[in-house]
Amino acid sequence: MVEFSGVGLRYGPDAEVLSDVSFNLQPGSFYFLTGASGAGKTSLLKMLYLAQRPSRGIVRLFGEDLVSMPRHRLPGFRRRIGVVFQDFRLIPHLSARDNIALPLRIAGVSEEDLSGPVGEMLSWIGLGDRAHAFPPTLSGGEQQRVAIARAVIARPQLLVADEPTGNVDPDMAMRLLGLFEALNRLGTTVVVATHDIHLISRIENAQMMRLEKGRLSDPTGALRYPPNRS
Amino acid sequence: MIIPRVPAQHRRLLPDRRLSGPTPWVIAILMLLTLLAAAAGVGLARSANAIGDAIAGRVTVQIVTANPITRAEQAAALRRAAAAQPFVRSARAVEQAELRATLGQWFGSAEGDDPVLQSLPLPALVDIDFVGEDRAGHMAQLRALVERVAPGARIIPHAEWLGPVARLIRSLAWIAGALVLLMTAASAAIVIMTARAALGTHYATIEMLHLIGATDQQITRLFQRRIAIDTAYGIALGTAVAAAILLLIGWQWSGITSGLAATASLGAAGWALLLALPLLAIALAALTARQTLLAALQKIL
Repeated sequence: MVEFSGVGLRYGPDAEVLSDVSFNLQPGSFYFLTGASGAGKTSLLKMLYLAQRPSRGIVRLFGEDLVSMPRHRLPGFRRRIGVVFQDFRLIPHLSARDNIALPLRIAGVSEEDLSGPVGEMLSWIGLGDRAHAFPPTLSGGEQQRVAIARAVIARPQLLVADEPTGNVDPDMAMRLLGLFEALNRLGTTVVVATHDIHLISRIENAQMMRLEKGRLSDPTGALRYPPNRS
Repeated sequence: MIIPRVPAQHRRLLPDRRLSGPTPWVIAILMLLTLLAAAAGVGLARSANAIGDAIAGRVTVQIVTANPITRAEQAAALRRAAAAQPFVRSARAVEQAELRATLGQWFGSAEGDDPVLQSLPLPALVDIDFVGEDRAGHMAQLRALVERVAPGARIIPHAEWLGPVARLIRSLAWIAGALVLLMTAASAAIVIMTARAALGTHYATIEMLHLIGATDQQITRLFQRRIAIDTAYGIALGTAVAAAILLLIGWQWSGITSGLAATASLGAAGWALLLALPLLAIALAALTARQTLLAALQKIL
């Protein structure tokens, strides 16, 4: 699904923020990415959701080399990835419903075909009655739910979430985690960056990816050479 | 497509703030000036061509023999001889009364009956129009003819004294054309700045759209449509005002039926050009916006 090999990333002339990062993400697996602030979690996630190319190393996604991939092919890959941003990045002049429907519209799904899934998703995240509300009028938690709904609406093959439950109450956090788990059971590979220990403990088969000062801690080699899943 | 089709749901990705920015208004002003400059250029060019055509093949032979009877005989003989030449289209002896009437305007006598004017020894004039383009050859033949029929007469090519005027008018037409080009370039620059400003203003939206898989073409169509429509509003406004001004000038011009002014008109081709300019401007704006947007998006991963 995702292969990083000897990946390094630097911004401009500064020192590398990620060094020699190597791992293999298995299809249908669930990963938690942890690490102290500044460890490079967001930079790693950026490369996962194709917002950043590495400075060195190999990155393969869905079996293709992304480092040398021409730019015009990236949108097709991005449509297979769902992203939950730490700062939500909702489009402020679009309603909650339009924000959630955006990935489907970009993919060319007709209004007729998307209205059902979007309505269901709105109900599921508890915002059925606020479908036409605009993000600035939503609370932080509501915005986060919309952002998550937008990330999962197109049933992505890879879901990348940066602190997805940081602004919601524990109940909603569990519900959202349950959504990630359900997607994971349907075959979506999930990578969640979080500091929340309680969240991590709720997913039984999740694997940990820990970044320390830009390097991935993998003492057993399980991330680099994962056992074959049956 | 100049104004690309974008589904209504996608159009909402850009907030609806039509005509709120300066672009349509600046474009309207530039379009107005462009059309006025183009109209002036076309009118002046046609005027210069008309004058050029009129003077290029015409000469006046001035016979200044002191004896009025000999002078009149020489004029009549020259007219007859010239008219018989194959290189001459027409030859006409200017009547003394016509000469006096022309000069009378400077003597304060419209009838040409001023006693001072009556006493002036006026030369005899013969207007000759050549056939074809071999002006140098025709002049040489005419000189020989004049030498034979009216020795001492002076040949005055009209191009000699009206030529500088025609050249000046043609220069002004070129300047007007250059102004049209400059204002077109300025309009394109405005569109480029508008496109870049739009990208800057909506960068977060664009980044988001990219990350969820929107292609450069999808994003470009969105902005191209908006910029093309905003520009079209400006162009329509500028064109409407320019049309009103040109019609007013045309109405006032129609009262002038003599002199150089009478040669200045737009003609069918001129009006067609003026009508085509706004459409070309919209196409240019859309194309410029598209290229600017695509180039800018290429810099984003």
